[in-house]
Amino acid sequence: MGEHLPILQVILPLIAAPVCLLIRHGTVCWLITTLVSWLCLAIAVLLLLQALDGGAVRYQLGSWVAPWGIEYVVDRLNGFILVIVAAIGAVVAPYALRSVAEELPERQIGLFYVMYLLCLSGLLGITITGDAFNVFVFLEISSLSSYALISMGRHRKALHAAYQYLVMGTIGATFFLLGVGLLYLMTGTLNMADLAEQLKPLAGSRIVLAAFGFIVVGMGLKLAVFPLHLWLPNAYAHAPSAVSVFLAGTATKVSLYVVLRFIFTVFGFEFSFAGQPFGPALLILAIAGVVVCSLVAIYQDDVKRLLAWSSVAQIGYMLLGLSFATALGLQAGLLHIFNHALMKAGLFLAMGCVFLRLGSCRLEAIAGVGRQMPWTMTGFLLCGLSLIGVPLTAGFVSKWYLVLAALEKGWWPVAALIVLTSLLAVVYIWKVVEAAWFRDPPGTAGRVGEAPLVMLVPLWIVVAANVWFGFETSGSVDVAKAAALALMGAVE
Amino acid sequence: MWQTFLGLYNYWIVILLMMAGFYIVMSRHNLVKKLIGLNIFQSAVFLFYISVGKVGGGTAPIVEEGITSYSNPLPHVLILTAIVVGVATVSLGLALVVRLKEAYGTIEEDEINEMDAAG
Repeated sequence: MGEHLPILQVILPLIAAPVCLLIRHGTVCWLITTLVSWLCLAIAVLLLLQALDGGAVRYQLGSWVAPWGIEYVVDRLNGFILVIVAAIGAVVAPYALRSVAEELPERQIGLFYVMYLLCLSGLLGITITGDAFNVFVFLEISSLSSYALISMGRHRKALHAAYQYLVMGTIGATFFLLGVGLLYLMTGTLNMADLAEQLKPLAGSRIVLAAFGFIVVGMGLKLAVFPLHLWLPNAYAHAPSAVSVFLAGTATKVSLYVVLRFIFTVFGFEFSFAGQPFGPALLILAIAGVVVCSLVAIYQDDVKRLLAWSSVAQIGYMLLGLSFATALGLQAGLLHIFNHALMKAGLFLAMGCVFLRLGSCRLEAIAGVGRQMPWTMTGFLLCGLSLIGVPLTAGFVSKWYLVLAALEKGWWPVAALIVLTSLLAVVYIWKVVEAAWFRDPPGTAGRVGEAPLVMLVPLWIVVAANVWFGFETSGSVDVAKAAALALMGAVE
Repeated sequence: MWQTFLGLYNYWIVILLMMAGFYIVMSRHNLVKKLIGLNIFQSAVFLFYISVGKVGGGTAPIVEEGITSYSNPLPHVLILTAIVVGVATVSLGLALVVRLKEAYGTIEEDEINEMDAAG
């Protein structure tokens, strides 16, 4: 049993999805989904522990030996990402019960869980596989199901957002496919470890450079790198609340993982950073993304949209860490992937609770809600502090390492920018806090009660994690460090 | 010069189709036309994979007495998967267009944008 963990990680939700499709009954599907997502978390944790103590876990599908067969590989980096994805999945599943029942028509509820399981399985698959083409297949499984999930939003704008995401996402995936095709043309292999070996003597090839471009730009679209982010704000703002939480915590993180895997493992550090101005280009896009999107977030009236813009800005911080091209920068970037998943999931979870009670997340609608839903909004406030990077929260730890990495490079203006842009986060989080706590409820609104316990408990688990990983930093920092060193070490 | 240029005709077709599809996706406001463009864009990559697998003078990859040169079947098999994904994408896209038409009464993106901006 133990040796089959890597395949169980992906196949459990993949099998549970059609089972739910046959059952269709909302509550039964929810039970299956919750059970499966907690099992996935347990498997992910076991895999990470194995990878941390004994090196990479390798699994040959159907006993076909790599590089001919498809191979699943769990090392420190993707073990870390697997745990993030599975943990967010495990938190969202129980939360979805009330949230989805409220926001979706009865007949769609069963189908929601089918799509949710497919999306989870796709994201876990992208992360665990060691085969370049397999990444594309899982990418499309997760993308197609997330288009469907987004389109289930209550407002008709959700349909338009899903359509736009479908067009942009497909262009991205097709670019990625073309890049993988070019690599296969040059090397005749699709196994990532084997590709890395075969590409070494081909460092000067223009076709390999084209493949690099297609793969990075294609995944950049899915990752919402600054000028390619236009699909994201609408998609997160209009999707059902549970979907916003799930996608904000996982989808972009997994795409970023694919970029890291290709840059470091497949193409190699030398090719990616030394041979071309990739680092500086990324640095400029990252900074532009952080500044522009934080400013745009300040001017939003809808809190979910505000948080979505802030997500694009936060992706900028992760890329910033990567663009330093040092082990410390990479560690900071990885840490921010983890911490951002925690804080943004917490913020969206809180907004889902508000949406359940008020039917809206607009600033004028949430006025005064802080006194009516104190637990929800206190959770929001704590995660907001984490997003800003206040000491003793998780967000502080990753910002701290980012600043350290910038200073290590001697780039003090970049370090100053990191601190300054955190002030922009203060402004947009304060806007929400001010509306919720210091304004009177609109005259027409009746009193609303606190969110149900089944939603508050997941929210507070995430809030507690935000505080815990701010105090007890050794766990997350050590894993991020090990993963960063493994990535850099693989090339030195 | 002309020999190499014409000898690579399959790649020229791929580039042409890809750019044509990409242009349609970006320039058209009609949601169905956009999807058709997207499909052409994807088909270009399918053709790319298929032509990459062809070995000059090779036959279909079936083991047979006296035949030593086979085309590479792997890219063809890979692209079968991608074609299925493409079909799924376009059908999901068209389903969304049907729902959009029901919700907005139009499939012109600029009109939908106006209605979105109005609230």
